Amino acid sequence: MKRHVLHPLWVAVGVVGLIFLARLVLVPDDFGVHGDSFTYNYYRLGNIDEWKNFPVKYQGSDTCVECHKDNVRTHRRSPHKRVQCENCHGPAASHPDDIEYLPLNRERAMCLRCHADLDYPESSARSNLPAIVDRHHKRRRECVTCHNPHDPREDVE
Amino acid sequence: MSCSRRNFLKDAAGAAFVSSLPLSAFVILTTEEAKAAVAAATVRWGYLVDTNKCTGCGMCVKACKNENEIPYDAPVTRTWVERYVVTKDGTTHIDSPDGGRDGFTSDKIRDEEVDPENIAKAFFVPKLCNQCDNPACVQVCPVGATYKTEDGVVLIDREWCIGCGYCIMACPYGVRFFHPDHKVADKCNFCYHRITKGMMPACVESCAFGARRLANLRDPDDPVTKIITTERVAVLKDEYGTKPHVFYLGLDNNVR
Amino acid sequence: MPEDAIVHGVEWTVKELFVYPNEFIYWSIQIVMYPYMTGLVAGAFVLSSLYHVFGQKDLKEIAQFSLVFSLALLPVAALPLLLHLQQPLRAMEPLMTPHFTSAIAAFGIVFTVYGLIVVSEIWFVYREYFVHELTVLRDTGGFWNALRRVVYKVLTFGAKDVSDSAIRVDHKAAKILAAVGIPVACFLHGYAGFIFGSVKANALWMSPLMPVIFIMSAVVSGIALCMLTYIVIMEFQAFRQRRKGGTAQAGETKGAEIDVISKATRYLLGFLVAAISLELLDLIFRGYTAMKSWDILRSVMYGKDFINIFVLQYTLGNLVPFVLLLLPGRTIKRIVVALLLVLFGVFMMRWNVVIGGQAFSLSFSGYMHYHIPIIPHSFETYKEGVFGALTVIATPFVLFWLINKFVPSLRRNIGKA
Ligand code: HEC
Ligand code: HEC
Ligand code: HEC
Ligand code: HEC
Repeated sequence: MKRHVLHPLWVAVGVVGLIFLARLVLVPDDFGVHGDSFTYNYYRLGNIDEWKNFPVKYQGSDTCVECHKDNVRTHRRSPHKRVQCENCHGPAASHPDDIEYLPLNRERAMCLRCHADLDYPESSARSNLPAIVDRHHKRRRECVTCHNPHDPREDVE
Repeated sequence: MSCSRRNFLKDAAGAAFVSSLPLSAFVILTTEEAKAAVAAATVRWGYLVDTNKCTGCGMCVKACKNENEIPYDAPVTRTWVERYVVTKDGTTHIDSPDGGRDGFTSDKIRDEEVDPENIAKAFFVPKLCNQCDNPACVQVCPVGATYKTEDGVVLIDREWCIGCGYCIMACPYGVRFFHPDHKVADKCNFCYHRITKGMMPACVESCAFGARRLANLRDPDDPVTKIITTERVAVLKDEYGTKPHVFYLGLDNNVR
Repeated sequence: MPEDAIVHGVEWTVKELFVYPNEFIYWSIQIVMYPYMTGLVAGAFVLSSLYHVFGQKDLKEIAQFSLVFSLALLPVAALPLLLHLQQPLRAMEPLMTPHFTSAIAAFGIVFTVYGLIVVSEIWFVYREYFVHELTVLRDTGGFWNALRRVVYKVLTFGAKDVSDSAIRVDHKAAKILAAVGIPVACFLHGYAGFIFGSVKANALWMSPLMPVIFIMSAVVSGIALCMLTYIVIMEFQAFRQRRKGGTAQAGETKGAEIDVISKATRYLLGFLVAAISLELLDLIFRGYTAMKSWDILRSVMYGKDFINIFVLQYTLGNLVPFVLLLLPGRTIKRIVVALLLVLFGVFMMRWNVVIGGQAFSLSFSGYMHYHIPIIPHSFETYKEGVFGALTVIATPFVLFWLINKFVPSLRRNIGKA
């Protein structure tokens, strides 16, 4: 048997060795099977905490009470009580620390999301909402000039 | 760093051993890890969509995009709302403009008028990641960058994803996409950062009509779990064997 | 939107009717190129093995060429994948943390193994030549010769024994490697088929026949490309020799040998028949069982993609070359035309699988149309466009030209140099 036949084998061994060496350096320590299945639980454990630390943006209506008592009170006894403050005002994550005034969105489009008349059969959940036809209902004027967004029952002129 | 050279070598060798034998399901857990695993076993997140209640306002899609930093104007989204309009002759018209992000304010479907007299039924169906028990997307990830956590949520490791798109292809529900900024696969994770803090996912929080709800399926006293276990619920595309964990009330036969 | 906020797929996808919002043609031209190029590698290697293992003597010349050519094609099988990745810098991760339940995880490993086999086999076949060149170059001067000397020195790996017994060992080793290489080559390609065949979400791809179909058409395209390149190069050399005034030996002035070509053609036809039969079987089966997805599949196959599938792939890419190759009185010219059509046909098959599989929505209620970017206006549209594909096609020829400078696969009677 001639020795040189094995030369390519050494190269192969070298390549494989290099790959394993690279794994030592590049693969994070916490990478492995964390759970009972290689198919579904093979991952980097640290990633879970990375996701847990993702910043929260929507705070929920309850946090507004502290500073906007009046608005919350009006809102709570109105037909709009189910609608979260932040749906209309946007996420309050950095409010009022960084963003002192949440931008006030008075667009008709915002109210039309729920109130545009789609003329669907009774069985549709949409049909249970008070509806207006955009083209016919006081065109080109912001809804809030006549309706109080926090309590739409009031002030209809 | 206090970690000694020897320890480092030991850890590295251990890690190499474990990762070089991935087929072995055995990993020796540290006490904390074991505790965490047991604690986690008391939680299995599920989700309930009540299609009877959805009005198609799209507030959930808006909230999701803001909460999860998905570029607002990009045509991809972690959750979306579909509108189904079934006419009396049996045809189904489906649309979801911008994923329903701005709600459904026109009764035209893809610029076509549907005669209201002719409509047999119309309803909205919110869609999101099903956090499957047998996620096809996880099975096909070549590098272990997406995985199922102990509490049943499928996450994506943004540091490790190579962006091959195989998971996007493998998902029968079309919930995955490439994040425009991070250039890695992305999808709904039930707002993992919120639910692990005891908060509700942004979409659940923003739903004024109770059409979207989160459940801990391991907690028999959870009101939503009660609904799932006692009422007749359905899942999407169960023929793929993925065992989805988003349940639907009032799911129509026409829903794709 | 900022420059980097491009949504992958929007550029070239046009939606029709209802398509889920996140659905786009995510796997575009590069994923068409990937199985195509892998197929060429596998096919080229199988062709060379027909000589090395099964001793098909009349294939000797084309075998030597296709062996080296398959080495040139090898990096190009990985190139489309690399160009396609959203995170190309992480391309080594499938080797670092392979998740073996994924078909793609095997790619790195099979690819590496296969590469090692091809390189080793070439080394055994050409080692004698390397040593020979080294002795010839020993006392020559000049930069180019010096460079060649260094390269050959490295290439011999210190194994300078060219005694008869050593050479015999070489041949034996080459033979064994060629034999081992066939299943590995088939695996390399078969699992490319598995990547698609195992996607249960995709109604068009999901089929256990997919890997076999892929192997068959891979061999077809590989043989066709080798024959074609061989003919072109040989004819070109003969042409140049004739121009020079015929000073070279008689052996080198003749062009491609019709015997070699005829023999290779026979194999080509065999594999072509196998490939077409399997594809038709798949099609018939789908139509007959008519599962839920059949409605939309039928509308794509017999409607929107009719030209691509039945005219371009089956008729122009399979039937016409089949007839051309079978009709008596073959000429080199006609064979070249047939080979080009075969290559085109296999390309269309890949296209129809990859793009066709994404031509309909997972909702089965809408369609997506692919508009391949032609004029690039960003790196993304370059690599996922016509020019990216052309780059991939051109690379093996450049590589072959380079490799051939040191490993002359086209010289006749290299064995007794
Ligand atoms: C820590 C106290 C605090 C909390 C909590 C808080 N805000 Fe404010 N908010 C302020 C202050 C201070 C302003 C400045 C203007 C003002 O005095 O009315 C403001 C302004 C606003 C404005 C703009 C008013 C305008 O006139 O332009 C909106 C809208 C608003 N807040 C909504 C909310 C909502 C919704 C929440 C709950 C998610 C909330 N805020 C929670 C303190 C608070
Ligand atoms: C249906 C949408 C909607 C909801 C729900 C809503 N707002 Fe408003 N809010 C508005 C609009 C529109 C304005 C601007 C009114 C205007 O310009 O007259 C406004 C104005 C405000 C302002 C500043 C002006 C003012 O009236 O003091 C504050 C503060 C505010 N909202 C807080 C809240 C809080 C707190 C809640 C939740 C309890 C809430 N909003 C719920 C739509 C809404
Ligand atoms: C998230 C959905 C939603 C949005 C957005 C919304 N509303 Fe409403 N609106 C409701 C609901 C729910 C009711 C109460 C229906 C009921 O219970 O009768 C309602 C009721 C009303 C009513 C009828 C009150 C009555 O009973 O007389 C008016 C007027 C109204 N909204 C105006 C507005 C205006 C103006 C805006 C925009 C600032 C707006 N809505 C935005 C959901 C919404
Ligand atoms: C010029 C003032 C004005 C404007 C602007 C206006 N409305 Fe009204 N709206 C009224 C009045 C007055 C009524 C009650 C009489 C009626 O039904 O027309 C009413 C009724 C409604 C009702 C029906 C309540 C019920 O009980 O059925 C809804 C819903 C409503 N408006 C929503 C809106 C929305 C949404 C907008 C903005 C797109 C808007 N309105 C703009 C004055 C206005």
